[in-house]
Amino acid sequence: MQPLLAVSGLQKVYEGSGRRVEAVRDLTFTIEPGELVCLVGPSGCGKTTLLKCVAGLLTPTGGEVLLEGRRVSGPPPGMAVVFQEYGRSLFPWMRVRENVELPLKQKSPLSRARRRELVAEALESVGLADAAGAYPWQLSGGMQQRVAIARALAYEPGVLLMDEPFAAVDAQTRADLEDLVRRLWRERGMTILFVTHDIDEAVYLGERVLVLSASPTVVQEQLKIDLPAERDQLHTRVAPRFAELRTHVYEQIQAAKRGS
Amino acid sequence: MKHLALRLFFVIALPALLVATWWLASDDSTDVYWPPLRTILTAFPEVWTGERLRDDVLPSVLRLSAGYASAAVAGVVLGTVIGSYRRVRAVCEPVLEFLRAVPPPVLVPVIMLFAGIGDTMKIAVIASGCVWPVLLNTVEGVRAVDSVMSETARSYGITGVARLRHVVLRSASPQIFAGLRQALSIGIILMVISEMFAASNGLGFTIVQFQRGFAIPDMWTGILLLGLLGVLLSLLFQLVERRALGWYHGLRAASLSRLGSPPGRRSRFRVTDRAQPSSVGPPRSPKLSASLEQGGPPRPLETDAPLRLTRRRRSQ
Repeated sequence: MQPLLAVSGLQKVYEGSGRRVEAVRDLTFTIEPGELVCLVGPSGCGKTTLLKCVAGLLTPTGGEVLLEGRRVSGPPPGMAVVFQEYGRSLFPWMRVRENVELPLKQKSPLSRARRRELVAEALESVGLADAAGAYPWQLSGGMQQRVAIARALAYEPGVLLMDEPFAAVDAQTRADLEDLVRRLWRERGMTILFVTHDIDEAVYLGERVLVLSASPTVVQEQLKIDLPAERDQLHTRVAPRFAELRTHVYEQIQAAKRGS
Repeated sequence: MKHLALRLFFVIALPALLVATWWLASDDSTDVYWPPLRTILTAFPEVWTGERLRDDVLPSVLRLSAGYASAAVAGVVLGTVIGSYRRVRAVCEPVLEFLRAVPPPVLVPVIMLFAGIGDTMKIAVIASGCVWPVLLNTVEGVRAVDSVMSETARSYGITGVARLRHVVLRSASPQIFAGLRQALSIGIILMVISEMFAASNGLGFTIVQFQRGFAIPDMWTGILLLGLLGVLLSLLFQLVERRALGWYHGLRAASLSRLGSPPGRRSRFRVTDRAQPSSVGPPRSPKLSASLEQGGPPRPLETDAPLRLTRRRRSQ
């Protein structure tokens, strides 16, 4: 089967004011349709750079990103991104409903009724059906990030990219949002690439975890997470296998930081 | 109810005090140039009759509207173009610096040469003065579109006209309105000045006529009327602004209350807090926030740094 997303030999070098920074050296990995893959790496290892290259927001210096076999040279229509900074990603001058609907207006011609339906469905599945008429800034941080997730859901992307989406919310909200992502993934059979710096989060969420090295970044290890599909915050996190996996990833990241 | 009464009291108190002071201080005045307020107020309804409102006030207001509207449109359109393209900005900056430093009243004789002495001249003068604050604020607003918002729009394929309409102009609207507000007072000044040159009607013309005819109380009524016109236009502006920028005031109130300090105590523009990136500050780039917070004089232009147009028009 052809992978849905294939990243090969990706390199990104930032050049400016006489300084040359190689953020990403050589990244190769693939994602199959319907997978939930977590990318985890030490902070400052170019995770966001990688994600922006995949999203077509940055042009890689070398290598290529293929989405369904087609080379990504700009933001492809089949991709949605959920950013960490939800407050700067939602448009404060639009109500929640309009925020979710705006991308749909630009996408393939959809009837007004169908658009409304998609918006309502998406808000329903993140539990925000009541907040459709509110402005984003009237909501709590967790709710705002759920609006951003709903916007991505309504867009019906082939691949959903999430860039440390829960790094800025409190721990309890974070647990809820993690479960939300797991649930949506299972219900909708989506393909998700989830970037995080949190090892526990990566192991808890992912079916597969890609451990990145320190900058200049390469893939340090690919790890299959053989936890049951049914996960919950209370039991999964105390399961012996969970502890083994997170210890393993932790060691890998420590090794990555030392540069071995 | 009590709240409303209190607000009304605050609005009325100072004007009432000033009028009372004026009234008492001028009551027994025999100075021809400082007639008692009583005389001025008695003259008011006699001077500003229906006929005069139609023949002088209405033409003035129409010129002001035409000049202001064309300045607003031109300022926003040009400002968007200049703000969107770095190259255009680099080319336009020196010219803009020059043009906005020329006091618009000086342009009256020049504009008269090619626009004649009719309404076109007056509208051109008003527009040429009003356009700068709108233009410069639009440039800044358009430049300051948040990078995350920009990327969000790009990743969802919101480009071209949709991006301009739903993202760029909306995001710049608080600054565009700041420019429009400054332009309004400049417009009123230029309306009067343009009518003092070669005019046959209008508020400015009438006031000068009264002065030359030694109809001093009548002249004072004209000045009062101008003030009232200013207040009225400003109220109208606030009404429009409150509708268009409701989201912005709400956002600001929300971020300030989340910071745990009463509104107004903190600077309006804040660099985003890392722990809570969402809840702090209006959608502005940290760079701009910093420059606004400093509020100092415009910095000299660095050779390859992005151009920084100063936010406010220099006072003339």
